[in-house]
Amino acid sequence: MTEPIIAFDKVVKRYGSHIVLDELDFSVAQGEKVTIIGPSGSGKSTVLRILMTLETISGGVIYVGGEPLWHERKNGDLAPAGEAHLRKMRTQLGMVFQQFNLFPHMTVLRNLTEAPRSVLGLSKAEAKARAEELLKLVGLTEHADKFPGQLSGGQQQRVGIARALAMRPRIMLFDEPTSALDPELVGEVLTVIRRLAEEHDLTMLLVTHEMRFAREISDRVCFFDKGKIREEGTPDEIFGNPREERTRQFLSAVREGK
Amino acid sequence: MLFGYSWDTSHGEWAFALSILPMLLRGLVVTIEASIVGFFVAMVIGLALAALKGARSRIVAWPAAFVTEFIRDTPLLVQLFFLYYVLPDYGIILPAFLTGALALGIQYSAYTSEVYRAGIEAVEPGQHEAAKALDITPRRTFTHIVLPQAVPRVIPALGNYLVSIMKDVPVLSVVTVLEMLNVAKIIGDQTFDYLVPLSMVGALYLILTLVASAIVRIVDVSLPKRGLSLR
Ligand SMILES: Nc1ncnc2c1ncn2[C@@H]1O[C@H](COP(=O)(O)OP(=O)(O)O)[C@@H](O)[C@H]1O
Ligand SMILES: [Mg+2]
Repeated sequence: MTEPIIAFDKVVKRYGSHIVLDELDFSVAQGEKVTIIGPSGSGKSTVLRILMTLETISGGVIYVGGEPLWHERKNGDLAPAGEAHLRKMRTQLGMVFQQFNLFPHMTVLRNLTEAPRSVLGLSKAEAKARAEELLKLVGLTEHADKFPGQLSGGQQQRVGIARALAMRPRIMLFDEPTSALDPELVGEVLTVIRRLAEEHDLTMLLVTHEMRFAREISDRVCFFDKGKIREEGTPDEIFGNPREERTRQFLSAVREGK
Repeated sequence: MLFGYSWDTSHGEWAFALSILPMLLRGLVVTIEASIVGFFVAMVIGLALAALKGARSRIVAWPAAFVTEFIRDTPLLVQLFFLYYVLPDYGIILPAFLTGALALGIQYSAYTSEVYRAGIEAVEPGQHEAAKALDITPRRTFTHIVLPQAVPRVIPALGNYLVSIMKDVPVLSVVTVLEMLNVAKIIGDQTFDYLVPLSMVGALYLILTLVASAIVRIVDVSLPKRGLSLR
Protein backbone atom coordinates (compact mmCIF):
# COMPACT_ATOMS: atom_id res chain seq x y z
CA MET A 1 0.00 0.00 0.00
CA THR A 2 1.46 3.32 -1.09
CA GLU A 3 1.00 6.41 1.00
CA PRO A 4 -2.36 8.17 0.60
CA ILE A 5 -2.56 11.14 -1.74
CA ILE A 6 -4.81 12.95 0.73
CA ALA A 7 -4.54 12.55 4.49
CA PHE A 8 -6.40 14.51 7.17
CA ASP A 9 -4.76 14.17 10.57
CA LYS A 10 -7.08 15.32 13.39
CA VAL A 11 -8.26 18.29 11.36
CA VAL A 12 -10.37 20.84 13.19
CA LYS A 13 -12.39 23.61 11.58
CA ARG A 14 -14.16 26.14 13.72
CA TYR A 15 -16.20 29.23 12.98
CA GLY A 16 -16.08 31.06 16.27
CA SER A 17 -17.31 28.53 18.79
CA HIS A 18 -19.09 26.45 16.14
CA ILE A 19 -17.12 23.29 15.42
CA VAL A 20 -17.57 22.22 11.81
CA LEU A 21 -14.86 19.55 11.56
CA ASP A 22 -14.13 17.72 14.77
CA GLU A 23 -10.64 16.16 14.77
CA LEU A 24 -11.33 14.60 11.41
CA ASP A 25 -9.15 11.71 10.27
CA PHE A 26 -9.67 10.90 6.65
CA SER A 27 -7.53 9.64 3.82
CA VAL A 28 -7.79 8.96 0.12
CA ALA A 29 -5.53 6.69 -1.94
CA GLN A 30 -4.01 7.67 -5.25
CA GLY A 31 -6.62 7.13 -7.98
CA GLU A 32 -9.38 6.39 -5.53
CA LYS A 33 -12.91 7.68 -6.18
CA VAL A 34 -14.49 8.65 -2.89
CA THR A 35 -18.01 9.97 -2.43
CA ILE A 36 -18.98 11.99 0.60
CA ILE A 37 -22.62 11.91 1.60
CA GLY A 38 -24.36 13.35 4.61
CA PRO A 39 -26.98 15.82 5.79
CA SER A 40 -26.77 19.52 5.03
CA GLY A 41 -24.35 21.33 7.33
CA SER A 42 -22.38 18.20 8.20
CA GLY A 43 -19.14 19.68 6.83
CA LYS A 44 -18.94 18.05 3.39
CA SER A 45 -18.24 21.24 1.46
CA THR A 46 -15.86 22.36 4.15
CA VAL A 47 -13.66 19.31 3.54
CA LEU A 48 -13.39 20.15 -0.16
CA ARG A 49 -13.00 23.87 0.38
CA ILE A 50 -10.18 23.34 2.85
CA LEU A 51 -8.44 21.07 0.37
CA MET A 52 -8.81 23.72 -2.34
CA THR A 53 -7.35 26.25 0.18
CA LEU A 54 -10.54 28.33 0.02
CA GLU A 55 -10.90 27.95 3.80
CA THR A 56 -8.18 27.79 6.42
CA ILE A 57 -8.01 25.12 9.11
CA SER A 58 -8.17 25.69 12.85
CA GLY A 59 -6.13 22.66 13.87
CA GLY A 60 -4.50 19.44 12.73
CA VAL A 61 -2.51 18.74 9.59
CA ILE A 62 -3.52 17.86 6.03
CA TYR A 63 -1.14 16.08 3.68
CA VAL A 64 -1.51 16.18 -0.07
CA GLY A 65 0.90 14.00 -2.00
CA GLY A 66 2.84 13.48 1.23
CA GLU A 67 3.43 17.20 1.75
CA PRO A 68 1.59 19.28 4.34
CA LEU A 69 -0.98 21.48 2.61
CA TRP A 70 -1.48 24.21 5.19
CA HIS A 71 2.02 24.00 6.68
CA GLU A 72 5.60 24.21 5.57
CA ARG A 73 8.40 22.18 7.03
CA LYS A 74 10.91 24.49 8.73
CA ASN A 75 13.89 22.86 10.46
CA GLY A 76 11.87 19.76 11.16
CA ASP A 77 8.90 21.71 12.51
CA LEU A 78 5.62 22.57 10.82
CA ALA A 79 4.97 26.27 10.38
CA PRO A 80 1.90 27.86 8.79
CA ALA A 81 2.24 27.86 5.01
CA GLY A 82 3.06 31.00 3.06
CA GLU A 83 1.33 32.01 -0.15
CA ALA A 84 4.07 30.53 -2.37
CA HIS A 85 3.65 27.12 -0.77
CA LEU A 86 -0.13 27.27 -1.12
CA ARG A 87 0.20 28.24 -4.78
CA LYS A 88 2.41 25.26 -5.42
CA MET A 89 0.09 22.88 -3.58
CA ARG A 90 -3.02 24.18 -5.33
CA THR A 91 -1.75 23.12 -8.73
CA GLN A 92 -2.40 19.50 -7.74
CA LEU A 93 -6.10 20.08 -7.17
CA GLY A 94 -9.01 21.12 -9.31
CA MET A 95 -12.51 22.00 -8.15
CA VAL A 96 -15.98 21.92 -9.67
CA PHE A 97 -18.52 24.13 -7.93
CA GLN A 98 -22.22 23.70 -7.34
CA GLN A 99 -22.88 27.12 -8.90
CA PHE A 100 -20.38 26.53 -11.75
CA ASN A 101 -18.65 29.88 -11.12
CA LEU A 102 -17.68 30.28 -14.75
CA PHE A 103 -16.25 33.64 -15.78
CA PRO A 104 -19.32 35.21 -17.42
CA HIS A 105 -17.43 37.82 -19.42
CA MET A 106 -15.21 35.28 -21.14
CA THR A 107 -16.10 32.88 -23.92
CA VAL A 108 -16.11 29.18 -23.15
CA LEU A 109 -12.75 28.83 -24.85
CA ARG A 110 -11.30 31.73 -22.86
CA ASN A 111 -12.63 30.20 -19.63
CA LEU A 112 -10.54 27.14 -20.45
CA THR A 113 -7.39 28.92 -21.62
CA GLU A 114 -7.16 31.75 -19.07
CA ALA A 115 -5.43 29.84 -16.28
CA PRO A 116 -3.30 27.52 -18.45
CA ARG A 117 -1.90 30.59 -20.15
CA SER A 118 -1.49 32.95 -17.21
CA VAL A 119 -0.57 30.37 -14.57
CA LEU A 120 1.13 27.52 -16.42
CA GLY A 121 2.55 29.78 -19.11
CA LEU A 122 1.25 27.78 -22.07
CA SER A 123 1.37 29.49 -25.44
CA LYS A 124 -1.88 30.57 -27.02
CA ALA A 125 -1.79 27.65 -29.43
CA GLU A 126 -0.97 25.09 -26.75
CA ALA A 127 -3.72 26.34 -24.46
CA LYS A 128 -6.21 26.34 -27.33
CA ALA A 129 -5.30 22.81 -28.34
CA ARG A 130 -5.69 21.63 -24.77
CA ALA A 131 -9.04 23.41 -24.44
CA GLU A 132 -10.37 21.96 -27.67
CA GLU A 133 -9.42 18.48 -26.59
CA LEU A 134 -11.31 18.98 -23.32
CA LEU A 135 -14.33 20.49 -25.04
CA LYS A 136 -14.47 17.36 -27.15
CA LEU A 137 -14.31 15.25 -23.99
CA VAL A 138 -17.29 17.08 -22.49
CA GLY A 139 -19.11 17.26 -25.81
CA LEU A 140 -19.15 21.04 -26.25
CA THR A 141 -16.91 21.55 -29.28
CA GLU A 142 -19.47 23.72 -31.11
CA HIS A 143 -19.92 26.03 -28.14
CA ALA A 144 -16.33 27.26 -27.82
CA ASP A 145 -17.14 30.83 -28.82
CA LYS A 146 -20.28 31.26 -26.76
CA PHE A 147 -20.53 32.99 -23.42
CA PRO A 148 -21.57 30.96 -20.37
CA GLY A 149 -24.87 32.85 -20.18
CA GLN A 150 -25.83 31.41 -23.56
CA LEU A 151 -25.51 27.82 -22.34
CA SER A 152 -27.83 25.58 -20.34
CA GLY A 153 -26.90 24.75 -16.76
CA GLY A 154 -25.76 21.28 -17.75
CA GLN A 155 -23.54 22.69 -20.47
CA GLN A 156 -22.14 25.29 -18.08
CA GLN A 157 -21.22 22.65 -15.55
CA ARG A 158 -19.49 20.61 -18.25
CA VAL A 159 -17.46 23.72 -19.04
CA GLY A 160 -16.71 23.98 -15.33
CA ILE A 161 -15.36 20.45 -15.34
CA ALA A 162 -13.29 21.08 -18.47
CA ARG A 163 -11.92 24.30 -17.01
CA ALA A 164 -10.67 22.50 -13.91
CA LEU A 165 -9.19 19.69 -15.98
CA ALA A 166 -7.31 22.16 -18.17
CA MET A 167 -4.86 22.63 -15.29
CA ARG A 168 -4.17 18.86 -15.29
CA PRO A 169 -4.78 18.33 -11.57
CA ARG A 170 -4.09 14.97 -9.92
CA ILE A 171 -7.09 15.38 -7.66
CA MET A 172 -10.55 16.54 -8.69
CA LEU A 173 -13.01 17.89 -6.14
CA PHE A 174 -16.71 17.99 -7.01
CA ASP A 175 -19.01 19.87 -4.64
CA GLU A 176 -22.57 18.87 -5.47
CA PRO A 177 -21.95 19.37 -9.18
CA THR A 178 -25.53 18.62 -10.20
CA SER A 179 -27.48 20.16 -7.31
CA ALA A 180 -28.14 23.45 -9.10
CA LEU A 181 -29.37 21.73 -12.26
CA ASP A 182 -32.85 21.03 -13.56
CA PRO A 183 -33.46 17.29 -13.28
CA GLU A 184 -33.37 16.73 -17.05
CA LEU A 185 -29.84 18.19 -17.23
CA VAL A 186 -28.28 16.10 -14.47
CA GLY A 187 -27.61 13.08 -16.67
CA GLU A 188 -25.29 14.80 -19.14
CA VAL A 189 -23.07 16.04 -16.32
CA LEU A 190 -22.97 12.68 -14.58
CA THR A 191 -22.00 11.07 -17.89
CA VAL A 192 -18.95 13.31 -18.07
CA ILE A 193 -17.99 12.61 -14.46
CA ARG A 194 -18.46 8.88 -15.01
CA ARG A 195 -16.08 9.06 -17.96
CA LEU A 196 -13.49 10.75 -15.73
CA ALA A 197 -13.96 8.12 -13.05
CA GLU A 198 -12.72 5.56 -15.55
CA GLU A 199 -9.32 7.25 -15.53
CA HIS A 200 -7.25 5.26 -13.10
CA ASP A 201 -4.76 7.95 -12.19
CA LEU A 202 -7.22 10.68 -11.34
CA THR A 203 -8.19 10.88 -7.68
CA MET A 204 -11.77 12.02 -7.21
CA LEU A 205 -13.58 13.38 -4.20
CA LEU A 206 -17.26 13.89 -4.82
CA VAL A 207 -20.01 15.37 -2.68
CA THR A 208 -23.40 14.44 -4.08
CA HIS A 209 -26.96 13.51 -3.31
CA GLU A 210 -27.14 11.31 -6.44
CA MET A 211 -27.00 8.05 -4.53
CA ARG A 212 -27.42 5.70 -7.44
CA PHE A 213 -24.59 7.44 -9.28
CA ALA A 214 -22.41 7.39 -6.17
CA ARG A 215 -22.98 3.66 -5.84
CA GLU A 216 -21.99 3.15 -9.43
CA ILE A 217 -18.71 5.06 -9.59
CA SER A 218 -17.30 5.13 -6.06
CA ASP A 219 -14.61 2.92 -4.62
CA ARG A 220 -15.63 4.10 -1.19
CA VAL A 221 -18.45 6.09 0.38
CA CYS A 222 -18.10 8.20 3.52
CA PHE A 223 -21.14 9.22 5.51
CA PHE A 224 -20.52 12.54 7.26
CA ASP A 225 -22.45 13.64 10.29
CA LYS A 226 -21.67 16.64 12.50
CA GLY A 227 -18.13 17.09 11.22
CA LYS A 228 -17.11 13.49 11.62
CA ILE A 229 -17.17 10.39 9.46
CA ARG A 230 -19.97 8.41 11.04
CA GLU A 231 -19.61 5.43 8.73
CA GLU A 232 -17.56 4.50 5.68
CA GLY A 233 -17.25 1.52 3.40
CA THR A 234 -17.77 0.22 -0.10
CA PRO A 235 -20.88 1.47 -1.90
CA ASP A 236 -22.50 -1.92 -1.40
CA GLU A 237 -21.87 -1.79 2.34
CA ILE A 238 -23.13 1.74 2.82
CA PHE A 239 -26.11 1.63 0.50
CA GLY A 240 -26.92 -2.07 0.80
CA ASN A 241 -26.33 -2.77 4.41
CA PRO A 242 -25.50 0.26 6.55
CA ARG A 243 -24.43 -0.57 10.10
CA GLU A 244 -25.31 2.73 11.72
CA GLU A 245 -28.86 3.73 12.46
CA ARG A 246 -27.99 7.37 11.57
CA THR A 247 -26.83 6.31 8.11
CA ARG A 248 -29.99 4.32 7.56
CA GLN A 249 -32.13 7.29 8.57
CA PHE A 250 -30.28 9.61 6.24
CA LEU A 251 -30.51 7.24 3.27
CA SER A 252 -34.20 6.65 3.68
CA ALA A 253 -34.80 10.38 4.03
CA VAL A 254 -32.94 10.98 0.77
CA ARG A 255 -34.85 8.22 -1.00
CA GLU A 256 -38.17 9.63 0.15
CA GLY A 257 -37.14 13.11 -0.95
CA LYS A 258 -36.77 11.84 -4.50
CA MET B 1 -15.21 93.11 -26.73
CA LEU B 2 -14.48 89.55 -25.77
CA PHE B 3 -12.66 86.87 -27.76
CA GLY B 4 -12.65 89.30 -30.68
CA TYR B 5 -16.46 89.54 -30.74
CA SER B 6 -18.29 92.70 -29.77
CA TRP B 7 -21.75 93.01 -28.27
CA ASP B 8 -24.67 94.90 -29.68
CA THR B 9 -26.39 96.89 -26.95
CA SER B 10 -28.36 99.30 -29.13
CA HIS B 11 -30.86 97.12 -31.00
CA GLY B 12 -32.82 95.52 -28.17
CA GLU B 13 -32.56 92.37 -26.09
CA TRP B 14 -32.68 89.86 -28.94
CA ALA B 15 -29.92 91.50 -30.90
CA PHE B 16 -27.88 91.68 -27.72
CA ALA B 17 -28.50 88.00 -27.00
CA LEU B 18 -27.50 87.04 -30.52
CA SER B 19 -24.34 89.12 -30.35
CA ILE B 20 -23.10 87.53 -27.13
CA LEU B 21 -23.98 83.97 -28.13
CA PRO B 22 -20.60 83.30 -29.81
CA MET B 23 -18.82 84.42 -26.63
CA LEU B 24 -20.93 82.18 -24.44
CA LEU B 25 -20.37 79.28 -26.83
CA ARG B 26 -16.62 79.81 -26.44
CA GLY B 27 -17.20 79.56 -22.70
CA LEU B 28 -19.35 76.50 -23.23
CA VAL B 29 -16.51 74.76 -25.06
CA VAL B 30 -14.22 75.44 -22.09
CA THR B 31 -16.90 74.11 -19.73
CA ILE B 32 -17.17 70.92 -21.77
CA GLU B 33 -13.42 70.52 -21.98
CA ALA B 34 -12.99 70.99 -18.23
CA SER B 35 -15.78 68.50 -17.58
CA ILE B 36 -14.27 65.86 -19.82
CA VAL B 37 -10.77 66.26 -18.46
CA GLY B 38 -12.11 66.31 -14.90
CA PHE B 39 -14.25 63.25 -15.54
CA PHE B 40 -11.33 61.37 -17.03
CA VAL B 41 -9.17 62.22 -14.01
CA ALA B 42 -11.99 61.15 -11.67
CA MET B 43 -12.35 57.82 -13.51
CA VAL B 44 -8.63 57.06 -13.32
CA ILE B 45 -7.87 58.26 -9.79
CA GLY B 46 -11.17 56.81 -8.54
CA LEU B 47 -10.24 53.40 -9.89
CA ALA B 48 -6.81 53.62 -8.32
CA LEU B 49 -8.30 54.60 -4.96
CA ALA B 50 -10.86 51.79 -5.20
CA ALA B 51 -8.14 49.26 -5.94
CA LEU B 52 -6.01 50.49 -3.03
CA LYS B 53 -8.95 50.56 -0.62
CA GLY B 54 -9.63 46.93 -1.46
CA ALA B 55 -6.05 45.85 -0.84
CA ARG B 56 -5.58 43.13 1.72
CA SER B 57 -2.71 45.02 3.31
CA ARG B 58 -3.97 47.60 5.76
CA ILE B 59 -0.89 49.73 5.22
CA VAL B 60 -2.22 50.30 1.72
CA ALA B 61 -5.97 50.24 2.30
CA TRP B 62 -6.09 52.54 5.26
CA PRO B 63 -4.32 55.60 3.76
CA ALA B 64 -6.44 55.23 0.62
CA ALA B 65 -9.60 55.26 2.72
CA PHE B 66 -8.29 58.28 4.61
CA VAL B 67 -7.49 60.19 1.42
CA THR B 68 -10.96 59.45 0.05
CA GLU B 69 -12.60 60.66 3.23
CA PHE B 70 -10.40 63.75 3.32
CA ILE B 71 -11.22 64.68 -0.26
CA ARG B 72 -14.91 64.14 0.29
CA ASP B 73 -15.06 66.16 3.47
CA THR B 74 -13.32 69.26 2.14
CA PRO B 75 -14.93 71.77 -0.23
CA LEU B 76 -13.95 71.75 -3.88
CA LEU B 77 -12.97 75.39 -3.56
CA VAL B 78 -10.41 74.60 -0.85
CA GLN B 79 -8.80 71.95 -3.01
CA LEU B 80 -8.83 74.27 -5.98
CA PHE B 81 -7.13 77.08 -4.05
CA PHE B 82 -4.65 74.61 -2.69
CA LEU B 83 -3.63 73.42 -6.14
CA TYR B 84 -3.67 76.91 -7.59
CA TYR B 85 -1.83 78.82 -4.88
CA VAL B 86 0.25 76.20 -3.06
CA LEU B 87 1.62 74.00 -5.82
CA PRO B 88 3.54 76.87 -7.45
CA ASP B 89 5.48 77.21 -4.17
CA TYR B 90 6.82 73.76 -4.91
CA GLY B 91 7.72 74.63 -8.47
CA ILE B 92 4.63 73.03 -10.00
CA ILE B 93 2.99 75.67 -12.14
CA LEU B 94 0.04 74.46 -14.13
CA PRO B 95 -2.24 76.52 -16.37
CA ALA B 96 -5.43 77.62 -14.61
CA PHE B 97 -7.53 75.38 -16.81
CA LEU B 98 -5.52 72.27 -15.98
CA THR B 99 -5.41 73.11 -12.29
CA GLY B 100 -9.18 73.50 -12.28
CA ALA B 101 -9.88 70.32 -14.20
CA LEU B 102 -7.50 68.44 -11.92
CA ALA B 103 -9.21 69.78 -8.80
CA LEU B 104 -12.59 68.71 -10.17
CA GLY B 105 -11.23 65.29 -11.03
CA ILE B 106 -9.68 64.77 -7.61
CA GLN B 107 -12.84 65.91 -5.84
CA TYR B 108 -14.98 63.50 -7.84
CA SER B 109 -12.51 60.64 -7.60
CA ALA B 110 -13.68 60.28 -4.00
CA TYR B 111 -17.17 59.60 -5.30
CA THR B 112 -16.21 57.47 -8.28
CA SER B 113 -13.96 55.34 -6.07
CA GLU B 114 -17.03 54.44 -3.99
CA VAL B 115 -18.93 53.58 -7.15
CA TYR B 116 -16.11 51.34 -8.36
CA ARG B 117 -15.86 49.82 -4.89
CA ALA B 118 -19.55 48.92 -4.90
CA GLY B 119 -19.19 47.38 -8.36
CA ILE B 120 -16.14 45.40 -7.29
CA GLU B 121 -17.84 44.12 -4.16
CA ALA B 122 -20.91 43.09 -6.14
CA VAL B 123 -18.84 40.53 -8.07
CA GLU B 124 -19.82 37.16 -6.64
CA PRO B 125 -17.46 35.48 -4.16
CA GLY B 126 -17.64 32.39 -6.38
CA GLN B 127 -15.62 34.27 -8.99
CA HIS B 128 -12.76 34.77 -6.55
CA GLU B 129 -13.00 31.15 -5.46
CA ALA B 130 -12.91 29.84 -9.02
CA ALA B 131 -9.91 32.03 -9.80
CA LYS B 132 -8.12 30.88 -6.68
CA ALA B 133 -8.86 27.22 -7.42
CA LEU B 134 -7.23 27.77 -10.81
CA ASP B 135 -4.24 29.36 -9.07
CA ILE B 136 -4.73 32.67 -10.88
CA THR B 137 -2.82 35.39 -9.01
CA PRO B 138 -4.81 37.91 -6.94
CA ARG B 139 -3.59 40.71 -9.16
CA ARG B 140 -4.69 39.04 -12.37
CA THR B 141 -7.96 38.05 -10.75
CA PHE B 142 -8.57 41.73 -10.08
CA THR B 143 -7.62 42.99 -13.52
CA HIS B 144 -8.97 40.18 -15.70
CA ILE B 145 -11.89 38.73 -13.76
CA VAL B 146 -13.22 41.25 -11.26
CA LEU B 147 -12.83 44.58 -13.08
CA PRO B 148 -14.25 43.46 -16.44
CA GLN B 149 -17.40 42.41 -14.58
CA ALA B 150 -17.53 45.39 -12.23
CA VAL B 151 -16.87 48.29 -14.60
CA PRO B 152 -19.70 47.75 -17.13
CA ARG B 153 -22.15 47.57 -14.25
CA VAL B 154 -21.10 50.95 -12.82
CA ILE B 155 -20.95 52.93 -16.07
CA PRO B 156 -24.40 54.50 -15.56
CA ALA B 157 -23.49 55.55 -12.02
CA LEU B 158 -20.17 56.98 -13.21
CA GLY B 159 -21.95 58.77 -16.03
CA ASN B 160 -24.17 60.59 -13.56
CA TYR B 161 -21.06 62.14 -12.08
CA LEU B 162 -20.13 63.55 -15.50
CA VAL B 163 -23.27 65.66 -15.27
CA SER B 164 -22.45 66.70 -11.71
CA ILE B 165 -18.95 67.69 -12.75
CA MET B 166 -20.36 69.88 -15.53
CA LYS B 167 -22.46 71.72 -12.99
CA ASP B 168 -19.41 72.32 -10.77
CA VAL B 169 -17.24 73.80 -13.51
CA PRO B 170 -18.32 77.41 -12.70
CA VAL B 171 -16.28 77.11 -9.50
CA LEU B 172 -13.20 77.28 -11.74
CA SER B 173 -14.07 80.91 -12.55
CA VAL B 174 -12.46 81.94 -9.25
CA VAL B 175 -9.08 80.95 -10.66
CA THR B 176 -9.72 82.90 -13.87
CA VAL B 177 -10.82 80.02 -16.08
CA LEU B 178 -13.04 81.48 -18.80
CA GLU B 179 -15.80 78.90 -18.58
CA MET B 180 -19.33 79.80 -19.51
CA LEU B 181 -20.48 81.45 -16.29
CA ASN B 182 -17.32 83.51 -16.04
CA VAL B 183 -17.86 84.74 -19.60
CA ALA B 184 -21.45 85.70 -18.74
CA LYS B 185 -20.27 87.57 -15.68
CA ILE B 186 -17.68 89.52 -17.65
CA ILE B 187 -20.34 90.45 -20.22
CA GLY B 188 -22.63 91.58 -17.42
CA ASP B 189 -19.88 93.63 -15.76
CA GLN B 190 -19.20 95.47 -19.00
CA THR B 191 -22.73 95.94 -20.31
CA PHE B 192 -24.57 96.26 -16.99
CA ASP B 193 -27.00 93.65 -18.30
CA TYR B 194 -26.72 90.48 -16.28
CA LEU B 195 -30.19 89.11 -16.96
CA VAL B 196 -29.69 88.16 -20.59
CA PRO B 197 -26.27 86.46 -20.34
CA LEU B 198 -27.18 84.62 -17.13
CA SER B 199 -30.48 83.41 -18.58
CA MET B 200 -28.61 82.17 -21.61
CA VAL B 201 -26.14 80.33 -19.39
CA GLY B 202 -29.04 78.64 -17.67
CA ALA B 203 -30.56 77.59 -20.97
CA LEU B 204 -27.27 76.39 -22.40
CA TYR B 205 -26.60 74.42 -19.21
CA LEU B 206 -29.96 72.75 -19.47
CA ILE B 207 -29.24 71.69 -23.04
CA LEU B 208 -25.74 70.56 -22.10
CA THR B 209 -26.79 68.34 -19.21
CA LEU B 210 -29.69 66.85 -21.15
CA VAL B 211 -27.37 65.96 -24.01
CA ALA B 212 -24.76 64.57 -21.63
CA SER B 213 -27.36 62.40 -19.86
CA ALA B 214 -28.58 61.10 -23.21
CA ILE B 215 -25.01 60.23 -24.26
CA VAL B 216 -24.42 58.38 -20.99
CA ARG B 217 -27.59 56.38 -21.57
CA ILE B 218 -26.64 55.56 -25.16
CA VAL B 219 -23.15 54.44 -24.11
CA ASP B 220 -24.67 52.27 -21.40
CA VAL B 221 -27.13 50.61 -23.76
CA SER B 222 -24.69 50.09 -26.61
CA LEU B 223 -21.85 48.89 -24.42
CA PRO B 224 -20.78 45.39 -25.42
CA LYS B 225 -22.24 43.25 -22.68
CA ARG B 226 -19.93 40.34 -23.45
CA GLY B 227 -22.03 37.70 -21.82
CA LEU B 228 -22.77 39.76 -18.71
CA SER B 229 -26.31 40.17 -17.59
CA LEU B 230 -26.06 43.62 -16.13
CA ARG B 231 -29.23 43.88 -14.19
N1 LIG C 1 -18.20 31.19 6.45
C1 LIG C 1 -18.86 30.52 7.42
N2 LIG C 1 -19.11 31.11 8.60
C2 LIG C 1 -19.76 30.46 9.59
N3 LIG C 1 -20.21 29.21 9.49
C3 LIG C 1 -20.00 28.56 8.34
C4 LIG C 1 -19.31 29.17 7.25
N4 LIG C 1 -19.25 28.29 6.23
C5 LIG C 1 -19.86 27.17 6.68
N5 LIG C 1 -20.31 27.32 7.94
C6 LIG C 1 -21.01 26.32 8.74
O1 LIG C 1 -20.26 25.12 8.69
C7 LIG C 1 -21.12 24.01 8.70
C8 LIG C 1 -20.74 23.05 7.60
O2 LIG C 1 -20.94 23.66 6.36
P1 LIG C 1 -20.71 22.89 5.00
O3 LIG C 1 -19.38 22.27 4.99
O4 LIG C 1 -21.03 23.85 3.92
O5 LIG C 1 -21.83 21.77 5.07
P2 LIG C 1 -22.38 20.81 3.94
O6 LIG C 1 -21.63 21.05 2.69
O7 LIG C 1 -22.20 19.44 4.48
O8 LIG C 1 -23.84 21.14 3.81
C9 LIG C 1 -22.53 24.53 8.59
O9 LIG C 1 -23.13 24.46 9.86
C10 LIG C 1 -22.35 25.96 8.16
O10 LIG C 1 -23.36 26.76 8.70
MG1 LIG D 1 -22.29 21.84 0.83
